[in-house]
Amino acid sequence: MSDRATMLSIARLVPEGSRVLDLGCGDGALLDHLQRERGCSGYGVEIADDNVLACVKRGVDVIQLNLDEGLSMFDDSSFDVVLQVDTLQHLRNAETMLVETARVGRIGIVAFPNFAHWPNRLAILRGRMPVTKRLPYQWYDTPNIRVGTFKDFEVLATKNQLSILDAFGLQEGREVRRLPNVRASTAVFKFERG
Amino acid sequence: MLIAKPQAMQFDAPLPLRCGASIRGYSLAYETYGSLNAERSNAVLICHALNASHHVAGVYEDQPGSEGWWDTMIGPGKPVDTDRFFVIGVNNLGSCFGSTGPMHLNPDTGKVWGADFPVVTVEDWVDAQARLLDALGIRRLAAVMGGSLGGMQALSWTLQHPERVRHAVVVASAPNLTAENIAFNEVARRAIVTDPDFHGGHFYAHGVVPKRGLRIARMIGHITYLSDDVMNEKFGRQLRDGIDLRAAAGPSQGGAAPSGGSDLRTARSVGAYKYSTQDIEFQIESYLRYQGDKFSEYFDANTYLLITRALDYFDPAREHDGKLAKALAVARAKFLLVSFTTDWRFSPQRSREIVKALLDNRRDVSYAEIDAPHGHDAFLLEDARYLGVVRSYFDRIAAENAAPPAAGAQSEAATAPAAPVVEAT
Repeated sequence: MSDRATMLSIARLVPEGSRVLDLGCGDGALLDHLQRERGCSGYGVEIADDNVLACVKRGVDVIQLNLDEGLSMFDDSSFDVVLQVDTLQHLRNAETMLVETARVGRIGIVAFPNFAHWPNRLAILRGRMPVTKRLPYQWYDTPNIRVGTFKDFEVLATKNQLSILDAFGLQEGREVRRLPNVRASTAVFKFERG
Repeated sequence: MLIAKPQAMQFDAPLPLRCGASIRGYSLAYETYGSLNAERSNAVLICHALNASHHVAGVYEDQPGSEGWWDTMIGPGKPVDTDRFFVIGVNNLGSCFGSTGPMHLNPDTGKVWGADFPVVTVEDWVDAQARLLDALGIRRLAAVMGGSLGGMQALSWTLQHPERVRHAVVVASAPNLTAENIAFNEVARRAIVTDPDFHGGHFYAHGVVPKRGLRIARMIGHITYLSDDVMNEKFGRQLRDGIDLRAAAGPSQGGAAPSGGSDLRTARSVGAYKYSTQDIEFQIESYLRYQGDKFSEYFDANTYLLITRALDYFDPAREHDGKLAKALAVARAKFLLVSFTTDWRFSPQRSREIVKALLDNRRDVSYAEIDAPHGHDAFLLEDARYLGVVRSYFDRIAAENAAPPAAGAQSEAATAPAAPVVEAT
């Protein structure tokens, strides 16, 4: 997910000058890019010590929090954009966090591995859980506790009164807009409260 | 090794205090490390906690073991690198470590201040520190930093002199004390003032020191600075004399086969309870008494009262309907906050309140919550994650300092608060 093309693809969804909250910001590379190239400001939220350190090192403001404890620290609509790039699938309370994302930000952007990508389907047809570049873990040893598909997210978003502003797949850094549920390893959604 | 050299600065102009009194003819003890650059832009002020002083780093010449209290943090090549920063340690007014305090003469009466020393607040200390910086020719600090009570001073700096602070590093601190915290302070103070040797704070004239009170005050304090886990790990239920029953009956006896019964009886006689309510029975009691004794030898009782009171009083939100975000609206500094998960005296929750208030004001803030076992004391100890975060943050400050002025101005513009977000409906 950390490849540059993918990052740029998501960065393009963020309006210039936005105030951004990046949930599960990792080493802060995306925020760093948004600050430098798109005049954005904001904070990352991270739980892992080494990532917090990496953010501080590169001058990205980071708040060390466990997202499973919620976003009570952030006021309603206090950010233009809230990002969740490869974060949702690690969260115990994924649905709550999605709603929180929409509460805190005017726009939410979520990216996660699309389990319905065709190689995954093929693996399942062969009777095995997929192990791919995008989902490189064995079923018994994966940090991805929520696997979902492009279509699943649409259903969840509708259930929570989120209106999808843009949705596409990402494959090898390229946008996939035709049949993304089959053709893309990553699902990307941009949404707002309905 | 960094050689520290204490200095003193005398101030003749009266310093008005929050209590209504003012103090004249006072002096502040301080130490500096490293050198001030030509732009005078690399000064870092270190504010001290309850029983510390201006001696933050290095050792005194020919005095081995005289390391400053934050020597893990400050020095050449350390997180707060004295090869790059001009670090100032300052001792607060009312202290017993060099700055004018209750043990000194009141110039108005010619007598020792004792209990008549005016009540000083965190804000007063910041005022006094600002005068020291004026005298040193430092207009703006690269950073102000402190832990615990020192963190409160750092925070207060950003409110009292927002234009003079570029960065504030607030460690294991709080926006005010909880009732529980004030309660601990009150028990400590009562222990001191009810000591028969206290003499209403004028014990100097009687040639005595309220050591009993100070000992108990320190014991209480010490308990609250540690975590239950660390205390258990360090002391557990070990008895002071002999061997602990469980340890004696444990692995060291493991090789001896079925005769374990008699071994156990031997162990019991060695590590037996004394069945005394007065004697030291457990290791932890011995440790606390030792710490209390040591403390009572060097700390001034009136200073202890003053400092704990300053802690109680600190509450920047008080004049803003209790709303911390409102109080912090004037701050302009960029912040780093650090807390420790096992610190129950200044819990992470308290640091998060400060973080939230800064977020509400759209200030630049980073927050690290270090999962350390040591409780409140963690802020003084070596922990790679903690020191790493502070080091990285000071690297960032140094990089800002090194950047040409134009780029610096640009980066300041880029981090200026954005326009208010329009509420989405």
